[in-house]
Amino acid sequence: METPTAQAALDLAPSDVQRVPVTFEINGKTHRFEIEPWTTLLDLLRERCHLSGIKKGCDHGQCGACTAIVDGQRINTCLALAAVRDGASITTIEGLADGDTLHPVQQAFIDHDAFQCGYCTPGQICSAVAMLAEGHAKNADDIRELMSGNLCRCGAYTNIVAAILDAAQRSDQPLTAPGARP
Amino acid sequence: MNRFSYTRASAVSEAIDQHRAHAAAAFIAGGTNLVDLLREDVAHPATLVDINRLPLRQIEATGDGGLRIGALVTNTAVAYDETVAARYPLLAKAILAGASAQIRNVATVGGNLLQRTRCLYFYDAGTPCNKREPGTGCSAMEGVNRMHAILGASDQCIAVHPSDMCVALAALDATVHLAGHDGTRALPFAEFHRLPGETPHIDTNLRDDELVIAVELPRRGFAEHHAYVKVRDRASYAFALVSVALGVELDGDIIVRAHCALGGVAHKPWRDLDAEAVLRGRPLNAATVRGFADSLLREAQGRRGNAFKIELATRVIVRAFELATQRSFEEGAS
Repeated sequence: METPTAQAALDLAPSDVQRVPVTFEINGKTHRFEIEPWTTLLDLLRERCHLSGIKKGCDHGQCGACTAIVDGQRINTCLALAAVRDGASITTIEGLADGDTLHPVQQAFIDHDAFQCGYCTPGQICSAVAMLAEGHAKNADDIRELMSGNLCRCGAYTNIVAAILDAAQRSDQPLTAPGARP
Repeated sequence: MNRFSYTRASAVSEAIDQHRAHAAAAFIAGGTNLVDLLREDVAHPATLVDINRLPLRQIEATGDGGLRIGALVTNTAVAYDETVAARYPLLAKAILAGASAQIRNVATVGGNLLQRTRCLYFYDAGTPCNKREPGTGCSAMEGVNRMHAILGASDQCIAVHPSDMCVALAALDATVHLAGHDGTRALPFAEFHRLPGETPHIDTNLRDDELVIAVELPRRGFAEHHAYVKVRDRASYAFALVSVALGVELDGDIIVRAHCALGGVAHKPWRDLDAEAVLRGRPLNAATVRGFADSLLREAQGRRGNAFKIELATRVIVRAFELATQRSFEEGAS
């Protein structure tokens, strides 16, 4: 996963800088790294693993573009130090599909035209997948509240909520509670 | 991002020893605030001591009917815990009114207590700030101060504590358990955070090398009559302009007890025990509730950007009483 060019570019730090050995399972495969202590999970995923689906938006935990599913929970990877998360299992947008078959939430985003520029979309989809697994969203209002950590500057929110509702209805545990507005 | 060395502890004593062994060390748990402060050049620890492997992730009943929540339990785990939801729903509601799901999945109870203010100038290293650099002045006094304090501020600092969870913990009379080199101690929640005074750079009464290990809730949880009302600039994922955590015990229409903490208005969750004492034995009606709200805000001082908060806080307190007791105290209602 590491290319010589990328490694050279990242090795500008003096040789006496502390390196922390870390191991992650990323989209189903185990990877080992030696990282500077201040490396964020987001930078590790983008710059060392070349998983460019996950995005750096605000870099402050405010926009959600960097959302990945880490040990089963959606988190802002821009606020996570990789050293602190050593040993974690990570799923990014690249790890959601089953071969050529898109994850149902990915397919629903396409079916409902749930994006315009697409920059927030990987984070939106990872967040939605984890939210549906959490089981606390019962209707469209819940989805809006529980997805509030993912901003969409294009304002595709209406279709994003529709896509998530649709994906939920097609899943094993559809949102059937009163107030659901598919 | 600021540079630092990194060390990892697996026991409380080891974490405290590592903290003592390194100059300018800081503990890191979830890091949802600290990483941002490192990135913004506000925090400059030389070493981070990672405490995430410490055995502080339990929620357990105490011998006297309370609940002890480990410092590393995440906001999400507290908010959706069955015991918390059943016995301390005020706490669950306050937590779920704060941050985003992504943040709540990582942020911890201990870190929530220790998060820093979100004052714009505190985060802007190019401006004077007595909290960030003591003695440089306060840019918020005459600056953008919509989010700032109306109670308990000083001429040094008008920052507010940003937590929702802490507002509920204050209303619930929680206890904070600490561990240090010389052993453990407990602080009543009201004594954990400080007002800015002449030392706005010191947020809490935590000593050097001390670690928050747990928060304990007493038996009384106000499950029957409670409300957390948060007013903010957008519907979700924003810090409070004003929030109110309220727990009430009633005997018919007589107030037996009321605990009321305000968020977004001061350097710490704001309670007024004298005003609460006056409520005891009083009839629950509009006059009682409005009188209480007025007394809580009687020393409030507004500035150009935040004077509206005084009237807003008064109304939010009244609204919290309405929601907690299922009554209406609107103008004209009895």
